[in-house]
Amino acid sequence: MLGYAIRRLLAMIPALAAVSLLIFAVVELPPGDYLANEVQELQSQGEGAGAARVAFLRQEFSFDRPFLERYAIWAGLWPGPHGFDGLLQGEWGWSFVYAKPVADVLGDRIGLTALLNLATVLLVYLIAFPVGLMAARRPGGLVDIGAAGLSYLGLAIPSFLLALVLLSFAHAWFGLTIGGLVSPAYRDAPWSLAKAFDVAAHLVIPALVIALGSAGIMIRRLRANLLDEVNKPYVVAARARGIGEARLMTRYPLRLAFAPFVADIGNLLPSLVSGSVIVSVVLNLQTVGPVLLAALRAQDTFLAAFILLFTAVLTLAGMLVSDLILALLDPRVRLGQKARL
Amino acid sequence: MNPASPERDGDPPHWADATPFDPRPLPVATAGAGGSFGRFWRRFRRHRLAHAAFWLLAVLYLVVVPFAEFIAPYGRDQRFPDAGHHPPQAVRLWGDDGLALPFVYPAAGTVDLDAMRRIYAEDRSRPQTLRFFCAGEPYRLLGLVETRARLFCAAEGGTVFLFGADALGRDLFSRVVFGARISLTVGLIGVAISFTLGVLFGSLAGFFGGWTDWTILRLVELLRSLPELPLWLALSAAIPATWPALSVFVGITVILGLLDWPGLALGVRAKVMQLREEDYAVAAAMMGASPRRILFRHLLPNFSSHLIASVTLAVPAMILGETALSFLGLGIREPLVSWGVLLNDAQDFSALSIYPWLLLPVVPVIVTVFAFNVLGDGLRDAADPYVQG
Repeated sequence: MLGYAIRRLLAMIPALAAVSLLIFAVVELPPGDYLANEVQELQSQGEGAGAARVAFLRQEFSFDRPFLERYAIWAGLWPGPHGFDGLLQGEWGWSFVYAKPVADVLGDRIGLTALLNLATVLLVYLIAFPVGLMAARRPGGLVDIGAAGLSYLGLAIPSFLLALVLLSFAHAWFGLTIGGLVSPAYRDAPWSLAKAFDVAAHLVIPALVIALGSAGIMIRRLRANLLDEVNKPYVVAARARGIGEARLMTRYPLRLAFAPFVADIGNLLPSLVSGSVIVSVVLNLQTVGPVLLAALRAQDTFLAAFILLFTAVLTLAGMLVSDLILALLDPRVRLGQKARL
Repeated sequence: MNPASPERDGDPPHWADATPFDPRPLPVATAGAGGSFGRFWRRFRRHRLAHAAFWLLAVLYLVVVPFAEFIAPYGRDQRFPDAGHHPPQAVRLWGDDGLALPFVYPAAGTVDLDAMRRIYAEDRSRPQTLRFFCAGEPYRLLGLVETRARLFCAAEGGTVFLFGADALGRDLFSRVVFGARISLTVGLIGVAISFTLGVLFGSLAGFFGGWTDWTILRLVELLRSLPELPLWLALSAAIPATWPALSVFVGITVILGLLDWPGLALGVRAKVMQLREEDYAVAAAMMGASPRRILFRHLLPNFSSHLIASVTLAVPAMILGETALSFLGLGIREPLVSWGVLLNDAQDFSALSIYPWLLLPVVPVIVTVFAFNVLGDGLRDAADPYVQG
């Protein structure tokens, strides 16, 4: 198990390198950069002194270097104007729009984003597991049909539209504002138990909105996996010997169906994280989503790149955890015979 | 089975067919046979919901998309300066005098200077009968024929806003119809791109194996492990603001298609790997067929119905992607109209509580995506009746 975990962790290194390079390339794709735009603006206002400052900044943030060197400086693989101060050294870069270090701009948002995504994943399991189990117990029954309808709807209604509809109905009917993750009273308050409860209460609706579509997919998978197992001869034989239904299900079919259930969350994570970004924009949650949108619009290179990398790392870390749990559950995986079911 | 078997006394009578053996019998049609496509189609038709979805989408793509101008009562950019945020007008069949031809009640708007918005009051004394197959603003049908024909229009001097009007007094129903054109085409073109890439990379990886396979698999893994939406956002943000609207549309479509192929590629790869070991593929290779011929002549047709099903299931992702991007203001730009562009107006949530009809473009999005999902599931079941998903 330890060997598998170490191998899996080492495999993260090239993945992270490739992902960060790709993200940096995408963020640098727009012609020009934030400082070049600022130069243009200053020149149109006829301010020479400002232009000199920008020229200094261009050098400071090494915009005058070739692409690969800029990437290496950003990642902390290559010394910049002030020696090594990139991601590897824990320096997240500078946000031009906010004129603050990226770490200060994001602050709590990093933790809240991770929390929101964790809550969403837990909610997906919390919904999909019992519903899928019940749907598979009686195929064609009430729960089964209801679950099928729910999963189709969950697929058809994109999370951000659901959020928008909920938001407007909550406002029109109950005069509620369900936006935000923290009540105004706690916004600048230090973390306390009361604030934690407040955040938890605010998390439920966004997490539910994001989780719904994925929960529908998971219900269908779990149901299909279970039904495959339940009709196998060993289950029939066990039933013929008089083993109770509950024991019959939990003993082997559930264990076998559970492994792909865990593995699948890895496949769903990218869409869950995507959902959290856009739902955060709609519901104005204090996560990285709204900041990412603003940063991309303003070509705030380092801020956008860091947030993109953070969402990717969140996904990769989630996949890592799901692979490790899968390896715990399924010896075939950790012995390297068969990668994924 | 030799008819000339010797008979001996005491043995039971030996039964044999008197007709000579025909080594090459003519094919006889049996029930349930037919080409593989015929079987596929027959299995598909048994799926009632999927069959209905198929026809719904056929109407959307073959009628609404090409004939949007005919169906919409107004032009895409036609403004009614006095009808800003006009509420939806219900089509009624039952008036004061009982059953009537379809009509709407007009609404008169007055400006409320305190709230800084128009207040509309329905005028029930003057029902306005709708006209059908009438003359509206001139347009070019299919871009060719100059005509004024519309499916329906308001009464002379009246208005018909089925879905209400937006802030500039443009008919939302007409704009939803025009939005269908962009939103639905984005799905098809995006999928065409991702299909081409997916089949190309998938068959390369599956057919050649080795380092080709390894490289493509790593690329697939990389793309599949990234959250799509943030990347889409970043790529769309890279489209210069100076581009004309049509180029932006093409750019967005390409971006959507470029990131969506890995799933399809994995499926194609698995199928090609399995099929290339089949005798007929080996035989073709022995006879000197080129890899391209083996792939496209011998292997791909074997799972074309699978491909159709996965492509159908990929379209909703494109449509939703475009909707999300345009909703956030990074996708399709005015004057082009898509459902996402229309929903962009709904982002202003204080306006939404006063003018809830701005949310109506959600309905066609959900209906289309739902239809594609149902259709894709039906096609997949028909393509492979033994695998239940």
